[in-house]
Amino acid sequence: MSDLSTQTPVDFEGEARFGDYIALLKPRVMSLVVFTALVGLLVAPVPVDPMIGFTAILFIALGAGASGALNMWYDADIDAVMRRTRSRPVPAGRVTPSEALQIGMGLSVLSVVMLGLATNWAAAGLLAFTIFFYAVVYTIWLKRRTPQNIVIGGAAGAFPPLVGWMAATGGIALEPVLMFALIFLWTPPHFWALALFMKSDYDTARVPMLTVTHGRAETRRQVLLYTIALMPVAIWLGFTSVGGPIYLAVAALTNLWFLVGAWRIWRRDETAAEADSYAVEKRVFRFSLLYIFVHFGALLAEATLRAAGA
Amino acid sequence: MPLTETHDLHRRRFGRNVGVALCLLGFCAVVFGLTIAKIRQGSEMEAFDHAARPSLTVEETE
Repeated sequence: MSDLSTQTPVDFEGEARFGDYIALLKPRVMSLVVFTALVGLLVAPVPVDPMIGFTAILFIALGAGASGALNMWYDADIDAVMRRTRSRPVPAGRVTPSEALQIGMGLSVLSVVMLGLATNWAAAGLLAFTIFFYAVVYTIWLKRRTPQNIVIGGAAGAFPPLVGWMAATGGIALEPVLMFALIFLWTPPHFWALALFMKSDYDTARVPMLTVTHGRAETRRQVLLYTIALMPVAIWLGFTSVGGPIYLAVAALTNLWFLVGAWRIWRRDETAAEADSYAVEKRVFRFSLLYIFVHFGALLAEATLRAAGA
Repeated sequence: MPLTETHDLHRRRFGRNVGVALCLLGFCAVVFGLTIAKIRQGSEMEAFDHAARPSLTVEETE
């Protein structure tokens, strides 16, 4: 006897909502990209039409989102075992890996072409290289092979102000290179502070995080070393054409605070850290988020003051 | 009473369709705005369209 019932139970619970496709683009990472690219574009010496500037930032952000989708496609196996990432759309089964790949590739092409049409092809080329660097060099080649993955991945996150500057001027200069170096050197202490108190996740995923391969004492030492290397870059930026007294004051205070935090991380051992539930590491991680925003915020304030005074 | 029952699946698909529609509309608006901005900047507004255009011909000098 055949069953003609229309009530055949079919599981549609796994179907994606629109928000799942947005989550694929890593909107939280995008916010840093938008902000730093915007600052790179606004502090550049060439004024940009507001609509062209808006389009440039929109497609730089979309390019970052595209590389995020490609990262989620390739890293679905790692994401599935990490507590922090297991509810992402691909490991949770709401978006298929092939969909993530197609969205990532499609948005990569769209963002590069639109940035080229809106501004110039040098900026578009750099955006294409940034997507390639994050998706292929970092995610596919190096993330699972070397404990320096964070340092290399940091470079991908450091390109947006350079792309923003290039979108405005069509060229490169010392100032955006220093902005790149600021984010590049800030990423390791920022991320390793997080890795110190999220240890179980990276162990489980078997990602060669510095804490796993070289030990936690070495990670603490590297946090301090990168923070020391970061200071002169942050201060140097203040003496270029985009800097000024506001930026220098902000940079001096925040770098001093960051250095004290990194010093405390270095001085502690695991027993002391476990005793207060990694309070210092958590505080330094939270401060590091503020650190990058206030540096770029101060550059924006300097540019606003220069524009008002001109 | 509707003939078909609305399932959560329909709501999710409707949400996705609305999202895609808004993205497409937004993209059209951005391209339009960009075109206006480029024209205001003085980009090429007149091009060859298979008709004689004296304004596009280069003047010959002796």
